[in-house]
Amino acid sequence: MTDPNAAPHFYPLSDAAVVLEFGQAIDPATHQLIRAFAQLLAQYPPPGLREVVPAFTTLTVYYDPWALRHSRAELPYEQMVGALQGLLPTAQAAATIAAPGPLVEIPVCYGGDYGPDLELVARHAQLSTAEVIARHAAPEYLVYMVGFAPGFPYLGGLDARLATPRRAQPRPLVPAGAVGIAGAQTGIYSLPTPGGWQLIGRTPRRLFDPVRTPPSLLQAGDRLRFVPISVTAFSRLNA
Amino acid sequence: MSLTVLKPGLLTTVQDLGRFGYQQAGLVVGGALDAVALRTANLLVGNPETAAGLEITLRGPHLRLLADTLLALTGADLGASISGQPVPLGRPVAVRAGTVLAFDKPTASGRAWLAVAGGVAVPPVLGSRATYLRAALGGLGGRALRAGDELPVGEWSAAAQRLFNQLQPTAAGGVAARWHVAQEPLASPGAPLVVRALPGPEYEQFSPASQRAFWAESFTVTPAADRMGARLSGPPLERLASAELLSSAVTFGTVQVPAGGQPIVLLADCQTTGGYPRLAQVITADRGRLAQALPGAQLRFAPVTLAEAQAQYLAQEQHIDALARAVYLQSLRL
Repeated sequence: MTDPNAAPHFYPLSDAAVVLEFGQAIDPATHQLIRAFAQLLAQYPPPGLREVVPAFTTLTVYYDPWALRHSRAELPYEQMVGALQGLLPTAQAAATIAAPGPLVEIPVCYGGDYGPDLELVARHAQLSTAEVIARHAAPEYLVYMVGFAPGFPYLGGLDARLATPRRAQPRPLVPAGAVGIAGAQTGIYSLPTPGGWQLIGRTPRRLFDPVRTPPSLLQAGDRLRFVPISVTAFSRLNA
Repeated sequence: MSLTVLKPGLLTTVQDLGRFGYQQAGLVVGGALDAVALRTANLLVGNPETAAGLEITLRGPHLRLLADTLLALTGADLGASISGQPVPLGRPVAVRAGTVLAFDKPTASGRAWLAVAGGVAVPPVLGSRATYLRAALGGLGGRALRAGDELPVGEWSAAAQRLFNQLQPTAAGGVAARWHVAQEPLASPGAPLVVRALPGPEYEQFSPASQRAFWAESFTVTPAADRMGARLSGPPLERLASAELLSSAVTFGTVQVPAGGQPIVLLADCQTTGGYPRLAQVITADRGRLAQALPGAQLRFAPVTLAEAQAQYLAQEQHIDALARAVYLQSLRL
């Protein structure tokens, strides 16, 4: 278990981005600190800050070196690291009292045409398909990060019994909204894309919609629960 | 005011400097592959640097200019002409309504950027007009241009109007300014494109032989190359550590190495996070060279320090700042 209050490791990703790395393990305390830090930076952006990308154990801060050009003594990188170090104690304090993120319910029609791999996952886990659905819909998942594709959530909390290897041959096209399992992860495809995850269901909800504010349905720190729905309910919600 | 697309070319898209603030929602920054080239073209026609223009790949479009137009081209020479007259790069060109800007050089290679005074005025999506093809978002319907498309053009700045008036184009053909912005050659013919890079976060995990080979040898851009990234082929690169990495941020210029040992250099439309080891990071000042790395091109990576990379970043911004003032002064000349 990582101590989230240990000093993070700073390193450059590029000449315009610095990474803060908080240990090497995925755990809720590390996540909480990264989330608190991201929120703090949104409220009190240091000069030159462009945007931040929270991930499992890292917070990447993009900045504009041009905004930090006036110092002769320090590189823009050093100035940004200094500003972030100054904010660290506040972020650590905020993380200890941060409220849990909102709970988002994701309706899923499991099996059938929407979940062509449900039976395979059930055989692999030596469970019935109904048990797979019950175990997949039981936990409260945590959105550790959103990345890879617009609105795509990386979730923690999958029942270890449901872990299933990826398909040997990826599908050429997986529809948006497909809910799948890959190894010990579960997730939701946010865009139609090729993919190798085992598909167990589909949600009618749009994970990314550019005309919505915010455009991503899920944000890092949200809690998530899958709610089984019927084919009829899927069609109604999808209309 | 607008442009009509007579022929779309191979891959012509509306681009600006990209979408900022949505990477935490998984949305790429995107925008012009060579932002400096687009900013330069914009400044030459009196636009703000952030205006949208066209990114043109290899075989360019044919565009009918329905109104008087002040335009500028930067990047590679893709053989643009107006009424049979070649259009020079890196300077404002005034053209009368009704003429056709045509790209017709079959042997041309590379990417070019076209700015028109007023900018391409498609509606912004999430603060940007950049086309993101994979999510069908931004630009003109989220897609590349097609024959028959009409591209709206915005209001000219006062500087654009003054520049146009100085040039006094006649009915046929265009008139180019006698002054131009110097463009440094991207590569000598036959030699590889050299891009400077920082060692990446996982650099130390690669074998010493692979580290040496990465800086010493050339890599070929394979046909698997688009606005998201370019797969390269070259000496195999071996990572000694075997532990899977947790997904973390990647960005334009990140050189990542999947298990096969052949690197991928990520470009403007790359995903926001990735889990492959990051061997190197091409510096911001050399993105323009990466933008010309089309299939078949040779790339070589040269190591630099972070201090040097940031000095180059600032030098490039200073250069653009100076150009903005120079063009403005030029527009005031009587």
